[in-house]
Amino acid sequence: MIDLEQVRKVALLARLELTAEEEDQFTGQLSGILDYVEQLKELNTDDVEPTTRAIELSNITRTDSLQTFAERDAILDCAPDCEDGFFKVPKILSE
Amino acid sequence: MTTAAPAKTQPAKTQYEAIIGLETHCQLCTETKIFSPASTAFGADPNTYIDPIVVGMPGVLPVLNQRVLEYAVKAGLALNCQIAPYSKFDRKQYFYPDLPKNYQISQYDLPIAEHGWLEIELIDKKTKEVTRKRIGITRLHMEEDAGKLVHAGSDRLAGSTYSLVDYNRAGVPLIEIVSEPDIRTGQEAAEYAQELRRIVRYLGISDGNMQEGSLRCDVNISVRPVGQEEFGTKVEIKNMNSFSAIQKAIEYEIDRQIKANQTGEKIIQETRLWDESSQRTQSMRSKEGSSDYRYFPEPDLPPIVVSAEQKESWLAELPELPAQKRTRYEDEFGLSPYDARVLSDERTITEYFEAAMAAGADPKLTANWITQDIAAYLNTERVSIDALPLTPVALAELVQLIAAGTISNKIGKDLLPELLTQGGSPKAMVEARGLSQISDPAQIEAMIDEVLAAHPEELEAYRGGKKKLQGFFVGQLMKQSGGRVDPKLSNQLLSQKLNQ
Repeated sequence: MIDLEQVRKVALLARLELTAEEEDQFTGQLSGILDYVEQLKELNTDDVEPTTRAIELSNITRTDSLQTFAERDAILDCAPDCEDGFFKVPKILSE
Repeated sequence: MTTAAPAKTQPAKTQYEAIIGLETHCQLCTETKIFSPASTAFGADPNTYIDPIVVGMPGVLPVLNQRVLEYAVKAGLALNCQIAPYSKFDRKQYFYPDLPKNYQISQYDLPIAEHGWLEIELIDKKTKEVTRKRIGITRLHMEEDAGKLVHAGSDRLAGSTYSLVDYNRAGVPLIEIVSEPDIRTGQEAAEYAQELRRIVRYLGISDGNMQEGSLRCDVNISVRPVGQEEFGTKVEIKNMNSFSAIQKAIEYEIDRQIKANQTGEKIIQETRLWDESSQRTQSMRSKEGSSDYRYFPEPDLPPIVVSAEQKESWLAELPELPAQKRTRYEDEFGLSPYDARVLSDERTITEYFEAAMAAGADPKLTANWITQDIAAYLNTERVSIDALPLTPVALAELVQLIAAGTISNKIGKDLLPELLTQGGSPKAMVEARGLSQISDPAQIEAMIDEVLAAHPEELEAYRGGKKKLQGFFVGQLMKQSGGRVDPKLSNQLLSQKLNQ
């Protein structure tokens, strides 16, 4: 179960502005998802090793070799604002 | 520093102890970033080294740099850690413009290395007494660095109207090393940080440069009355960019917290910044609880399994580490802890010293030349010992010429400037210039006779009781012989002649 306060906290941490209706809507939906996942508890997992992944895969690495990305300007162009090669962001408010 | 007189019921300043732990971020010197093939070079124009992975474009796939894993495991091994048989990456979520993806890829509950230690050596400046202390390493993990912010319109965040972001540093590989709260003083903390720096430099995995930010130390510190089990409120200090700043910031903070305790003022759990100009710590912001970071396993990066064979092969590649060198230099060469420490501070110096030892030079004499005259030259000229025209073999030759009495120590010092700047063979120079030491008593006596004959007035004054004039005659004799006479023998002969 998830309550309204938890939804508000998560929204704040995720920097989401929710209307009162959305808060209610998400409280119900998120609770529904959690209840659904809760059903997994019915399974006996005593002999199952904990894992964080569903696929058996490990140690995917690359060599330390340089490949410069040619379209650096294209990345800057994606940003709302730039100045002298910097990304320009609004004033950062102290917390 | 002065402390307010303690209230009657409160413990005195000396009855408090500080509990200190360090979190050190160390930039690894790879060519490319931790999860993308972009360059890690320092000092380029803003946003030169960015690519879709660095800025977190949708659909990109980060892939771990093999060298980052190797360096992290080597650092873990050098710090006597257990290497995790199974390790993974996690996303740490927070919003700040220096973080392009709004999360940092880090390691949370399964770091690559845990449960290690390093040994620090503390030398008392006055008594020269050496104490060694083991500082526990809680964990070591891999993560990516954030970008850099420039606050426009003001030199401070508070007054700026907007900020500029440079992501060249974003994605540069870091290892974060967390110590146990085993540290008690500012000196121990500075020594711990220095030893870490030596280790990563020996390993060749980081340049450890504090000014450029490749080594950054955050300090966690609290105080409590001695004997109390419960910890005091923990404060974090950041922004120290030298070892002495670490020490001073801690000393300031210990004092501040003890005073707060004594006056009953509440210590707030917060982050404070060390201000170098005012030499004090200043409150920055209240610390968020770690649960707010909402860590979860990074779905784009598969876990890491370090095999026993891989671990063994990396272990075999570790060089002899600074603490081992210090012990060996004391045991094998009979050096003082101080000399052993100076000589083992930098890998280049140890290589130089060891090459001179291999050429058969006397350890103590060689140590003196390196730690005194040569070190002074390197310091003023800002050159590295491995770029010195004076080779270790030539230094060994010089030391041997002096040890054998072929030349005096003074002639050795006279030859040094030329050797340092132009190199060459000391032996050949001594032979070509006829600088070998004069140890034949008859030859020295003849020179003394000449000196005495040339200065009859001084001789008369000496014999009349002005004994201080002996120094004058020594000087004249040195001048006469070009500094070549055996100092001990000539002093002895001079005394005899003067007092005849």
